[in-house]
This record gives sequence, C-alpha cells and structure tokens, in this order.
Amino acid sequence: MIYMGIDIGSVCAKGAILQGDRLEKVILPTGWNIKETANLLKSTLLTQAGAREEDITRVVATGYGRVSIPYADKKVTEITCHARGAVYLNPNARTIVDIGGQDSKVISVDADGRVQDFVMNDKCAAGTGRFLQVMAHVLEVEVDELDQLARYDEAVTINAMCTVFAESEIISLLAQGTDKGAIAAGILSSISQRIQHLSSRISVLDQLIFTGGVSNSNVLRHMLSEKLKLEVHHHCDAQFAGAIGAALLAREICD
Amino acid sequence: MSERNTLPEIFESFADARKQGFLAAKAVKDAGKNLVGYYCTFTPVEVIMAAGAVPVGLCATSDETIPESEKVLPRNLCPLVKSSYGFAVTDKCPYFYFSDLIVGETTCDGKKKMYELLDEVKPTHILQLPNEGKSQRSLDYFREEVQSFKERLEKEFNVTITNEDLKKAIQLKNRQRETLKEFYNLMSLTPPPVSGLDIHKALYGSEFKFDKEAQIVEMQALTKQIYETYKVEGSKISENAPRILITGCTIAGATEKIITAIEENGGVVVTYENCFGTKAVEEMIDETLEPIDGIARKYLNTPCSVMSNNQDRLDKLSELITRFKVDGVVDVVLQACHTYNIEGFSVKRHVKEKHNLPYIALETDYASSDTGQLKTRLGAFIEML
Repeated sequence: MIYMGIDIGSVCAKGAILQGDRLEKVILPTGWNIKETANLLKSTLLTQAGAREEDITRVVATGYGRVSIPYADKKVTEITCHARGAVYLNPNARTIVDIGGQDSKVISVDADGRVQDFVMNDKCAAGTGRFLQVMAHVLEVEVDELDQLARYDEAVTINAMCTVFAESEIISLLAQGTDKGAIAAGILSSISQRIQHLSSRISVLDQLIFTGGVSNSNVLRHMLSEKLKLEVHHHCDAQFAGAIGAALLAREICD
Repeated sequence: MSERNTLPEIFESFADARKQGFLAAKAVKDAGKNLVGYYCTFTPVEVIMAAGAVPVGLCATSDETIPESEKVLPRNLCPLVKSSYGFAVTDKCPYFYFSDLIVGETTCDGKKKMYELLDEVKPTHILQLPNEGKSQRSLDYFREEVQSFKERLEKEFNVTITNEDLKKAIQLKNRQRETLKEFYNLMSLTPPPVSGLDIHKALYGSEFKFDKEAQIVEMQALTKQIYETYKVEGSKISENAPRILITGCTIAGATEKIITAIEENGGVVVTYENCFGTKAVEEMIDETLEPIDGIARKYLNTPCSVMSNNQDRLDKLSELITRFKVDGVVDVVLQACHTYNIEGFSVKRHVKEKHNLPYIALETDYASSDTGQLKTRLGAFIEML
C-alpha cells in the first residue's frame, strides 16, 4: 500500500511516496510540459521506492499544475497540503510561511495540521520566488547565489513592491555604483517585508515554520525572524511540504 | 424629457440576449410608458411605479465598457462605478438607452461624483442620502428627499401621484418582496434543492421583468416547481456540501466567477447578503403608515456599508447564518470600495467571535485574470470547513 503526493509548482515539481513509515521524495524542474513532468515524477518515485505502478493505492495532486495530472485520484489546494505536510515535518508548527515560485502564503494550523486561517499574496509577483528570480537576473547571479552575495548589514532599501519597478530601481542602484552585496541583501529584505505585511493579517503567529523553495535562503530566514520577532524554523525537506501533505491526505482518504 | 423609441445604431452588433433587452425596453416605450433607470437598492421604486412609469435597474456588471469609461474616470476606481458610466456613454445598456430619467443617489464617493458626469449624458435625479439611518433628523431629511423625488417625477411626466397610487405600488412591491423571499428561502432546506448560481440567476433575471404582476406569478410557479421536484426527486446538491453565505458588494455578471469558484469546489451558496440577494427584499414597507413616511423608513434602513454605523448588517448576518444553517462566510469587496473593505474587519470579527465560523474576504474586480487565484483561495477555504 503506497500513497503518492504530487505537487506541481510553477518552478519545481515535487513528489512524495509514503510506504508505511518510509518516505521517498523526488524534485524536478516543472518545465513546460506538465503531463510529461508528472509522468517522469511518478516513474522516478516508483523506481526509488522499488515499487510498481499497481502498488499505488491513491494519488493526491496539488500545486498550480494539479489540474493537469492525468493519474491523480483527487486534487487538493496547496494551502491544505502545505499545512498538513509542514505539521508532519515539525509537529509543533502552528504558523506556516510558504514562499513558492509564483505565490506566497501564511497559514495558521491546528495540531492536526488542519487549516484555521490563511492569507495569500495578491495578483502580483511581489514577495515570491519569481521576484527573486527577476532581481537575481539583473545582478547576473542565480537565485541560490543571492545568499552568499548578500551583505546583511549593508542592505539597501528597495522601495518598489512591483517587480517591474523594482527591476528598474536595481538597475539605477547598479548604475550609481551601489555594492552588489548590499543590493542582494536589499532584495531579500524586500521579500521579508512583504511577508511581514502579509502575516499581519493572520491573528495567530506562533511556532513558525518556513517552507517552499525560497525557504532554502538562510539570510531570508534570519531576516524574517528579525521582522516577525519569532524563531523561524526550517526543515531540510521544507520544499517537499506540499507533496508530503498530499501523500498524507491520500492515505487519510483511504483509511 | 426624451421621447426616444428607436434602436441605437450598434443594435445589430449585439448578441441575442442584449437584443432581447433592447426590444423589451422598446416595447415599454412603444406602449407609451416612461422608463426610469436606477442603480441602487436605496431607490424607492414605489414612487416611480406610482407615477405610472416603469423602473428598471441599469447595467453595471461587465468589464466591456470599462475602457471607454476610463477615458473620463480614474483607473483605480470601483469597477461597478466605471462599468455604469461606460454603459451609459456607449449605448450598450438597453435600459439606460431607453430611460427617460436616471436616478442616482449619494451613497459612495465614487458614485456621487460619477453621477455629476452622468447628468451630462441624460437627466439624472440625485437622491440625497443622510450618512446614518437611525435618527429622527435623518428620517425627516430623507422623507423630504422622497417627497421631492415624487415632485420631480410629477413634473417630468406631467402626472399627479396620489396617496392611493403610492399605496397600490407599496402593496405590489411588498407582495413581490414576499415572493422573492419565499423563493430564496428554499435554500434553507438540507440539502438545498438547487445551486446558489441557479438562485442568483433567477433573482438577477427578475430585475429585468417589467411587469411586476407577471413576475410574481412566475416566481411563485418557479418556487412551487422547485419544491415539488425536490420532494419527489431530492436534490443534486450533496447533503455534506459546505453551506456558504456571500456578503459584501453586489455580485452579478463578471463577479459570478466567485459563485462558480465556490460551487466547483464542492460548496453551495445558500444565501446572499448583498444587493441582488436579501438586502432589498427582507424588510417590507409598513402599509399602515402614511405612504411617503413608510417608503422613507424602509429605504433608510437598508443595511449598506455607506451608512455610518451599520450594526443592522451584522444583525442581519446573524439571522441569515441561523436561517440558512451557514458553515462559512465569504465577503466580497470590489476593488476600491472603501466602505465594504473597511467594514470587512467588523464582519470578520462578528462572524468569528459571535458565530465561530470561518470567514474569508476577497477583493476582486470585473476582469477574469484572478479566476485561478480565486479558485485556489476558495478551494482551500472550503477544504477548511
């Protein structure tokens, strides 16, 4: 009996398999063909778990690509899945900050990982992975290099929230000869500010766990912790919270 | 006063539904009746009916006329205000096109300033509303407003409106309200007999039936038919579907995307605390009062967020939550609607603390660009229930 969770994000596709107490995970770039990626994700997961297609009891799909997965038995929103997965990774978590490729959200959960309340970013890319991607591009570095580059104590203020305006602002800063490290720190600080704003609309902020691809940034975690005046927990599998949550839901539905 | 009874030049380019609207409005004009267009629940339609004219709600729910309106109005304005103005200047709303008089009202800032410009397109009578509805002073003031509205209609249409005319109109409208109420109260059944979208479409569609007597008969027949089918065949809606109350700004046309997103995610909208839902219907006019007084009292009591101190809305929400056995509340705010947006905080606190129910607020406009986001948000909200 194995349960599969598939989380197709805008940048990365994540898969998780639950087999008894065993957890297998796979991550792939989403690419442009979601169906193909989803199939590759499934076969890779099965190989890794040493299982066959017939062994799969149920598949739950989540993420923005959840509607395009042909083999999913059920589709559940990423908010519900992230909540469940984050509490699995850290049973004490009661607030989840998730920053993915094209959205960011703050979720408050109960001890069973059930959503109590949530807020999401509005229509634009401010405060998301996409924002980081565009800004990193201007600095001619990769997103995961921003952390190393960032000179935390010298962060400049990026005033524009809009991705397009922030991009021109950074170009101007570079033209003025501002240090790249100070700009990189400014970019990360801008994200943390956006999240602070978002989380002010949620009543409970306690035992915070940071998930999603962007949570791999140590600098951003530190900044968030300072802004929210809370310890910000992380987990090495935080990027898989949605997929793990989906696999857990696949198991619950059956039992 | 215009004597317009010919179709606009762009008529041929319209889809069938709108052509039907034009033809229906033209038929009213051909029968020698005056048409009075209005935008808002605060409009005392009884006075229009008593003048022998036909009241009609004007188009304001699609984004197709917004680009035209933005040549004059600012972009960051409520889509309903922009759409209303856009329809008025483009000859695309059959009811505006054939209206002899337009009625505006000083509800929100956006509307009252827009009406000043609208008056340049067609004569617009402005009803001056007080900012609160509970004091004797406000009532006296609004009673006078209703009185001058009556006088304006008498002058425009060269008629005399008697107390008898007003009483007759009041009785007819009260009967219509009772009928609509009976209709939407069907949704208090478990499971609800039909979807929330069906209820919305019927309520919205009834706005555009000119013959109120015929409309009452049709509505009663529809209520009976739905109930009898339900008794025999049951409902297509699951007994476990979370029951949603929608509150806030008007939903119609473009913003039906919210109802769809709720119902596609397995929820069912059981009641609408908004302007095409319960807002205009719940309170009857007291038929024992002097007519102008009765009319003024009822309309002044409309639980709209433009009123400073709108406790009535919270009380009504409590009553609807019980009547329709509500599981969750969705508050809809149109972009740039300050009053509903700010009041959202009080509604959230009321719903959560008093009823211990989940609440979500959505800010949207008439564009379809946020459909995906709405589906995810409302999907997650329904999964919570």
